[in-house]
Amino acid sequence: MGGFSAQDLTAIFVMQGFAGLSFFSVLLLMALGLAIIYGQMRVINMAHGEFMVIGAYASYLLSGALRHLPAGTDIAVLLAIPVAFLAAFVAGYLIEWLLIRHLYHRPLDTLLATWGLALIMQQGFRSAFGAREVSVPVPDWLRGSYRPTMIIDIPLNGLAIMLLTVLVTAAVWWFLYRSRWGLRVRCTTANREMSGAVGINTKRVDRMTFAIGCGIAGIAGAAFTTISSTGPTSGSLYIVDTFLVVVFGGAGSLIGTIASAFSIAQAQSVMEFFMGGSMAKVLTLLTVIVILLLRPEGLVASKVRR
Amino acid sequence: MLEVRDLRVSYGQSEVIHGIDFSTAADETLAIMGRNGMGKTTLFKSLIGILPASSGSIVLDGRELNELPSHERVAAGLAYVPQGRMIFPSLTVMENIESGLETVKTKKVPDEIFELFPVLRDMRGRKGGNLSGGQQQQLAIARALVSEPKVLLLDEPTEGIQPSIIKDIAHTLNEIRRLKKISIVVSEQVLSFTMSIADRLVVIEKGKFIHEEEGKSANQEKIASYLSV
Ligand SMILES: Nc1ncnc2c1ncn2[C@@H]1O[C@H](COP(=O)(O)OP(=O)(O)OP(=O)(O)O)[C@@H](O)[C@H]1O
Ligand SMILES: [Mg+2]
Repeated sequence: MGGFSAQDLTAIFVMQGFAGLSFFSVLLLMALGLAIIYGQMRVINMAHGEFMVIGAYASYLLSGALRHLPAGTDIAVLLAIPVAFLAAFVAGYLIEWLLIRHLYHRPLDTLLATWGLALIMQQGFRSAFGAREVSVPVPDWLRGSYRPTMIIDIPLNGLAIMLLTVLVTAAVWWFLYRSRWGLRVRCTTANREMSGAVGINTKRVDRMTFAIGCGIAGIAGAAFTTISSTGPTSGSLYIVDTFLVVVFGGAGSLIGTIASAFSIAQAQSVMEFFMGGSMAKVLTLLTVIVILLLRPEGLVASKVRR
Repeated sequence: MLEVRDLRVSYGQSEVIHGIDFSTAADETLAIMGRNGMGKTTLFKSLIGILPASSGSIVLDGRELNELPSHERVAAGLAYVPQGRMIFPSLTVMENIESGLETVKTKKVPDEIFELFPVLRDMRGRKGGNLSGGQQQQLAIARALVSEPKVLLLDEPTEGIQPSIIKDIAHTLNEIRRLKKISIVVSEQVLSFTMSIADRLVVIEKGKFIHEEEGKSANQEKIASYLSV
């Protein structure tokens, strides 16, 4: 790493590390939903990125609707989170009912069907919002940055997304491990037949899980609008990385998903600075493949007798 | 209480249960004895709705259960303790028991469960998968009981369990029947265990009931001869 002084290097690591944290946040929000869905239903949802885009467009519509109100942008940014969740939740609920539930136990068919769904949804976005990217006005208090030293510069919107991610992750944890719904989800994930035989309506649990997973992707979309503009295909850019996170983390493990999102986002972000985006992706992918060869069950595997 | 008529169950083309009829009364324990592969598990799975029956009827208190999904059968009053326990290994003991509360109003595990199974109280924070086989069996029974069933189905509850624990399980089952006045349908290969709990014994062979006896006066040699190869 010739040409960089020690001080430069620290600053680069801190700033790239922080850029990695924003990436980590969006990635984790996406991966949480995908991991719960995959863990419970073994459905690989290729359209997961499009649910994120639904959340982003919902935020865009909301900010448009509130534009003329005093403090409209401020309210819109906060309100966007529940609205984006709800929009993606409802869409997920309907799509589970229309499409996904007919395809359980047919993993290959779901892969194809959800891929087709992703294309349909992208075309739908294009027809509704146009091919051009749209952006959501960001209130002043989210612009600007935090400068702990002369050369380190941390954007505030990144900090806000981090905070949101921490809150959402905590909420997901609470939902999974402390609520009655979470118990149903964990039972169904562990043993579907037996869950039915203790009285759990597993089909209802499937629908709810799918919808909540999509809803979380919607929140990712709302967060996404504060760091980037949204186009019809924005979701597809994230889907591959999100899968990587889920597989690498060991599907169905919350801690694994977090650890995996963190390491993948950080590795990519820091390496990107030194060797450019594609090379960083290749190296990350190679590392993940090697680790998965050594530990096929992912980073965190359950330590319980089966 | 439970009335099963002409029940037939197949795996694909091959029929395994060939028209079984039986009924049980409240406060009665019926034991279904049979060697390996005679269709006990298949019968139980079709009663709880894990396997579809190809024909026949399963009526509980006047309500037809055939065609209903498992969870509705549980709500109607069936409870199932499968062969091999099938507890949820990564859930705690407490969570395992709570999973059985789905179809009842209360969401709190009643104290009497821990009176029946004191060992579960001490282990309630442990992962189910880390319990011994005998403890897992008790957990599976507890999970089934909290749904307040009218009919409790147990598939080979003594399989792989040491004799002293088998005695405990027999005692608990008799206690449950005395307290709850429910009917218990149990499949078994261990005759001594069956004799200590059953009011009635039937022998299943190749998917048919071929022999029936009253529990107290059962001709043990005859049943043993059916169970030996
Ligand atoms: N999934 C399956 N597909 C096809 N045939 C099966 C299947 N499961 C069981 N069978 C067959 O059905 C018959 C009855 O099996 P079942 O498991 O009901 O017997 P069982 O009486 O419970 O035996 P055990 O005492 O060993 O538990 C056997 O001949 C078995 O080979
Ligand atoms: Mg069996």
